[in-house]
Amino acid sequence: MTGSPVLALRGVSKRFGAVQALTDIELEVNAGEVVALVGDNGAGKSTLVKAVAGVNQPDEGVIEWEGRPVAIHRPQDAQHLGVATVYQDLALCDNLDVVGNLFLGRELMRFGVLDEVRMEKRSRTLLDTLSIRIPSVRIPIASLSGGQRQVVAIARSLIGSPKIVILDEPTAALGVEQTAQVLDLVERLRDQGLGVILISHNMADVMAVADRIAVLRLGRNNGFFDRRSTSQEEIISAITGATDNAVTRRQARGTEGDL
Amino acid sequence: MSDDGNNTPQPGNGSRRNPLPEDAMPKGGVNAPVPVAAEATPAVDPRLIIRQEGVKGYLGEFRRRVSSGELGSLPVVLALIVIWAVFGSLNSTFLSAQNLSNLSQQIVGTGMIAIGVVFVLLLGEIDLSVGSVSGLCAAIFAVMNVTHGVNEWVALLSAVAGGAVVGLIQGLFFAKIGVPAFVVTLAGFLFWNGLMLQILGASGTVNLSGHDIVSRLYTTIYGQAIAAYALAAVGVLLFLGAALLDAGRRRNAGVPYRPASDIALRTIVLAVLAFLAAYTLNQYKGLPLALLIFLIFIVVLDFVLRRTGYGRQIFALGGNIEGARRAGINISWIRISVFMICSTMAAVGGLFLAAQIQSASQTSGGGNLLMNAIAAAVIGGTSLFGGRGNTWSALLGALVIGSIQSGMNIQGLSNAIQFMITGAVLLAAVVIDSLSRRTQRAAGRA
Ligand SMILES: Nc1ncnc2c1ncn2[C@@H]1O[C@H](COP(=O)(O)OP(=O)(O)O)[C@@H](O)[C@H]1O
Ligand SMILES: [Mg+2]
Repeated sequence: MTGSPVLALRGVSKRFGAVQALTDIELEVNAGEVVALVGDNGAGKSTLVKAVAGVNQPDEGVIEWEGRPVAIHRPQDAQHLGVATVYQDLALCDNLDVVGNLFLGRELMRFGVLDEVRMEKRSRTLLDTLSIRIPSVRIPIASLSGGQRQVVAIARSLIGSPKIVILDEPTAALGVEQTAQVLDLVERLRDQGLGVILISHNMADVMAVADRIAVLRLGRNNGFFDRRSTSQEEIISAITGATDNAVTRRQARGTEGDL
Repeated sequence: MSDDGNNTPQPGNGSRRNPLPEDAMPKGGVNAPVPVAAEATPAVDPRLIIRQEGVKGYLGEFRRRVSSGELGSLPVVLALIVIWAVFGSLNSTFLSAQNLSNLSQQIVGTGMIAIGVVFVLLLGEIDLSVGSVSGLCAAIFAVMNVTHGVNEWVALLSAVAGGAVVGLIQGLFFAKIGVPAFVVTLAGFLFWNGLMLQILGASGTVNLSGHDIVSRLYTTIYGQAIAAYALAAVGVLLFLGAALLDAGRRRNAGVPYRPASDIALRTIVLAVLAFLAAYTLNQYKGLPLALLIFLIFIVVLDFVLRRTGYGRQIFALGGNIEGARRAGINISWIRISVFMICSTMAAVGGLFLAAQIQSASQTSGGGNLLMNAIAAAVIGGTSLFGGRGNTWSALLGALVIGSIQSGMNIQGLSNAIQFMITGAVLLAAVVIDSLSRRTQRAAGRA
């Protein structure tokens, strides 16, 4: 891997009142790489995502974008850099059609009027490149299945041509078949050179698509794992803290040095 | 380093992946639940394909809509046909040119208010003050113009601006302080009614001169036959032109477009309706200016809702506030401006109602006006739950309510029966709204 990672967190800390939600977090995401972020409830995954997405600022530490330190004060800052976030509650508008949702907040205009034709064309191109198929780009989101909604929400995050896509528990509410659809899409994003941060509780999902796995525990890094040389059990014990020992530490350092 | 991990099959980690249930699924099956031959026709709109089959396509489209709960204006159109058929068969005067012409004028006041209510309903909110505001603004005009002899245009603009200010105040309380719209406008309902009584003063009634601008806006009728026909022709041509232009752009862009046969069919249906209406109006006195203004408001505001970024934001807010917020939409501004539109339309409606009775009085904006305006919007097909509706529902709903009133009056039935029937129709409309919403939800969770 040549050059600096697209996104890097260096020693990021965040506290909420008495709660030290994040302590000295390190994380790197490269182009064309899926990094799974795993950890128990309350481990700080969402807080970490919010720091990168500009929802709240870290108290300490540096966020680097393509090697340079950047300040992300607002969600718009993150979007301008090229960070797209898909939150767990998709926040799609049920009453708008797929095109309306994809372009919500950044509609294409022509003579001050919505340019439905150009938006529809770009929606089709985007959905086709991602091999996403839905019955029509003109049906309301309300008539799509859960998996299709998730896929539309992910596609929506791609409208601004981001370099990093963050998915917060994209498969949590989905059935087996729909989960497969979303995981397929994650692989396609990687194949198109995007960096993906995937938050998930489901080890099977993580092992299926992640290249690297970063474990958070009680707001701290608790190891980085290369998916090809790790077993599910090792990761689970890192999550639960059963192996908070020298072996994981060494492994974590080893993986980092590898980069 | 790691991105080649999934592309090159390695026995070591392949064995770890194999047991996953996902791996047994067909890859690229993002649309697996959809039974179309997606490979052959990528992402083509099935509705448009079906439409090319003509009448059969429409039936299929109709069935699809009914089963997925997207009924829109269909129930109200059916209701209107039934109401007209019943009253027409009971008494032939109901469908006479005179009665229908009068009806087209009488619905304008309530209809204008209902347009504003549509906007608020699209946000999923309610405005209970529209009746009082309509009376207040009528009083502002009458007192300024008649009592104080202010120029009629100045008085008219002041009354309309007064409506906008009321909306601004209520909108600020709702959007900035977070008082529920129901409560803000309930307070407004009392407050603006009180202010109207205050403005009207001791006498309580201010009669319009009959020659002022507001009276003329209501009573003017273009008697030349050409006026109504020209309006019908312009409307049909505008529709046809817009449809052809849109289809042309879509064809050039390579996205699905309406086939010419479909456009022709729609244009013919519209033309038949428009010229039938024009013919009926001409059978009596001609084209009422009030109806023309009403139609212009509907068309312009429909355009705003469906074709501008602002309209899209209103729908987004009605669909999912959190989604709208994350999309960077200025929630407060949309809310305040929508309440301003609603109150402004209430003012406009109030002026037409004052012209209708030639006065602003203590009872202006009272009675069942508020309920009729809200009922008109809902009966017309605008959802109480937000996010679904259009300005045409103000016309359709006002027509239903106006037709019931007119038919009952012709039959010599009392207000008591009228209220009960209107109430039943409103309940039916809300039941349909709720059911279709439930169906949509069910259809959404495949
Ligand atoms: N806005 C907040 N205010 C106070 N505490 C918070 C806030 N957000 C998160 N926390 C705390 O930070 C910790 C990490 O939470 P979170 O990042 O949501 O965990 P995860 O997403 O991994 O389940 C938890 O202890 C949580 O209570
Ligand atoms: Mg979380």
